[in-house]
Amino acid sequence: MLGRTVLAGGALAAAAAAGPAIAKDTINVGIATFLSGPAAGPFGVPGRNGAELVIDAINAGTLPAPYAKAGFAGAKMNPIFVDEAGGNAKQVGEYRNLVEKRGVDAVLGYISSGTCMAVTPVAEELKKLTILSVCGTPRVFEEAQRTYVFRTQAHAVGDSIAAAHYVLDKFKDMKSYTGINQNYAWGQDSYKFFDVAMQKMAPETKASENPQFPKIFAGQYGTEISTLSLDSAKLVHTSFWGGDIEAFVLQALVRGFFNDKQVISSVGGSAVDSLGKKFPDGVVMGTRGEYGLLVRDNKEPLNAWFVEEYKKRYDAYPLGPSYQYANSVLALKIAMDAAAEKAGGFPNQEQTMAALKGLSWQSFGGKISLSLADGHQAVHPVGYGITKWDKEKGAATAVDVKFYQPECIYAPAGQNSVEWLEAGMPGAKC
Amino acid sequence: MVATAWNDKTIRWAVIGFGLLAAAGWLLPTWILNNVMFGLARGLAVLGLLVLWRTGLVSFGHALYFGLGAYAVALLEKYTGLTDVFVKFGAAILVAGAFGFLLGFVLRNYRAIFFAMLSLAFSMVLYGVLVKMEVLGSTDGFSVTQYTIFGWDPEGKYPLFCFIILACVVALTIVQLYLKSALGALTTAIRDNELRVEYLGYSVARAIHIKYLISACLAGAAGGAMAMALGQVDPDSMVNWTVSGELVFITIMSGAGSVVAPFIGAIVFEFLRTYAFELAPQAWQLIVGGTLLAIIFFLPGGIWSVLEKPWAKRETDNG
Repeated sequence: MLGRTVLAGGALAAAAAAGPAIAKDTINVGIATFLSGPAAGPFGVPGRNGAELVIDAINAGTLPAPYAKAGFAGAKMNPIFVDEAGGNAKQVGEYRNLVEKRGVDAVLGYISSGTCMAVTPVAEELKKLTILSVCGTPRVFEEAQRTYVFRTQAHAVGDSIAAAHYVLDKFKDMKSYTGINQNYAWGQDSYKFFDVAMQKMAPETKASENPQFPKIFAGQYGTEISTLSLDSAKLVHTSFWGGDIEAFVLQALVRGFFNDKQVISSVGGSAVDSLGKKFPDGVVMGTRGEYGLLVRDNKEPLNAWFVEEYKKRYDAYPLGPSYQYANSVLALKIAMDAAAEKAGGFPNQEQTMAALKGLSWQSFGGKISLSLADGHQAVHPVGYGITKWDKEKGAATAVDVKFYQPECIYAPAGQNSVEWLEAGMPGAKC
Repeated sequence: MVATAWNDKTIRWAVIGFGLLAAAGWLLPTWILNNVMFGLARGLAVLGLLVLWRTGLVSFGHALYFGLGAYAVALLEKYTGLTDVFVKFGAAILVAGAFGFLLGFVLRNYRAIFFAMLSLAFSMVLYGVLVKMEVLGSTDGFSVTQYTIFGWDPEGKYPLFCFIILACVVALTIVQLYLKSALGALTTAIRDNELRVEYLGYSVARAIHIKYLISACLAGAAGGAMAMALGQVDPDSMVNWTVSGELVFITIMSGAGSVVAPFIGAIVFEFLRTYAFELAPQAWQLIVGGTLLAIIFFLPGGIWSVLEKPWAKRETDNG
């Protein structure tokens, strides 16, 4: 069975190389996501579920309008899910295996910024269309111009700028701030971007001298919570995720932390659902886009379809990563359909990429535009809201949700985001 | 020197074997070429562990040198733009060797679990430093994108594959000659009875220091080769304790019977992992771990013990 798939994959790849006009029944697409390890629960599995749901719907032609046409340029997608755990070096090896051994037509996914940085040069080397789904580092498209790599998720600088805007909009009396972030690239960057954004937008606010950077997956945050409690800063920024945010919230709760402090969390959405009514009210929560908790009751038809079908199939609400993976799959479908129409037959990789470049589409979570990095990097609004447990529904909700538009939180095309942020975000329209 | 080496049956067969592999590489599909290249790179480090293991020492911290080698290559490219494989490879060995030489003064006084744990501790210090420092790439690391050979900028990975094979042949020859020398012959003696070795007039500490230095250089070379083959360095894949664990894993899987064993074991490991990953994306670790258990139970001498019998037979036939 497996042997046959591999052979079929090889044959398809050969066919793809031969020319544009050969119609296909199936396309093989490698989808990388965390299937084991600490990132599987909060990111990997919700991401895989989101992809799976949408792939099945596209294959069957059951997506709502305007995407009701079945297939990817008429072909069914055969997803090959691979585990993103095990380090970047292993992922680079596995990426090569997907392309060179299994002959996939495209690769989607990737959650870790490190992995995205690692596979991007390999994707360029092997000339294989690759759509990054979740990872946040702006470096992927700002260190070099890419040809074969796209990202349907906006980068992390905007998440932190939106967080600073939300804080300044909603908590006008906030005079100083601190943070607790994991001591690795994501945590360091998230706090740095937030800190710079705060200083540029409100120079009168004071950054704590003592923001906390515990080790990732530390699990015990007693000391850090005590230090933060003694700090005069009332606002606490965190980019914790997965088990770490759950552990932090539970340990902070018993110490009465949330009575004194205002916490703003950029990606802690999974904990809101997993802790349910134990999750404290009043925490500012972000989802890196128009996703998850913030749009759960949004009746926009694509979103409503996604939430309902996801809930039916997996007995859980879709989280940020579910949307992010679903959006990558959808982007590929739209590009392939458009390319097929233009080419008058099944599109080859170049035609699909040309259609994907600069694409702007209505996704499951709002409108996404590939408008940066010469049409390869997405921008979209990023929002925050305040958590509130809805007793009647028995579900978590978000109130006071506010979205910040792309022109407010991202550097204009061609500029380095970090330099732009440090220059005080010239030309930002909020 | 060359004649002495050529007279050694193991070296002769290894040179022929590697030569055939280099020729076969021309025809192999890229994914196999890559996996063999990763296997050979890791095999260099395992060869270093074999030198220590024959003395009864197990290091759970050779990712320190593996990582130093890999980062030496990556930082050299990033900050100086030097891309020549010989320069990069030399830098990797030099940096790892320098650290190995210094730490050797401490580690040569320890044995057994203390040696294993202390080396683990040193490697995790480097891990901690890398993760916390943004100039060193933090957890994201860097990519290593280019390589040149004496100014020639080759297309594809085949020339690098040949370079790594050359490195393996040189390393294997040196280690084999070392193990056959008087100093190398002390290897097993030290494991069996240190006191008697001292009475023979040799310094055990010094002998262990030399072994440690050799193994550090080999692990550094391995890290350098891996960084070039893979095109990426980051702390989790190059310096974390799991990397040291993998190297020990391959050492046990290969067996200490011959200097060829590490390379065979490491290549088997790469393919085992690739297929485990393909067959069971959610439980591949289980397959890899299960294989190690099976080898410990049924082949206590490692994969080499399967090959050893026909090998030994040929030796007697020829002799």
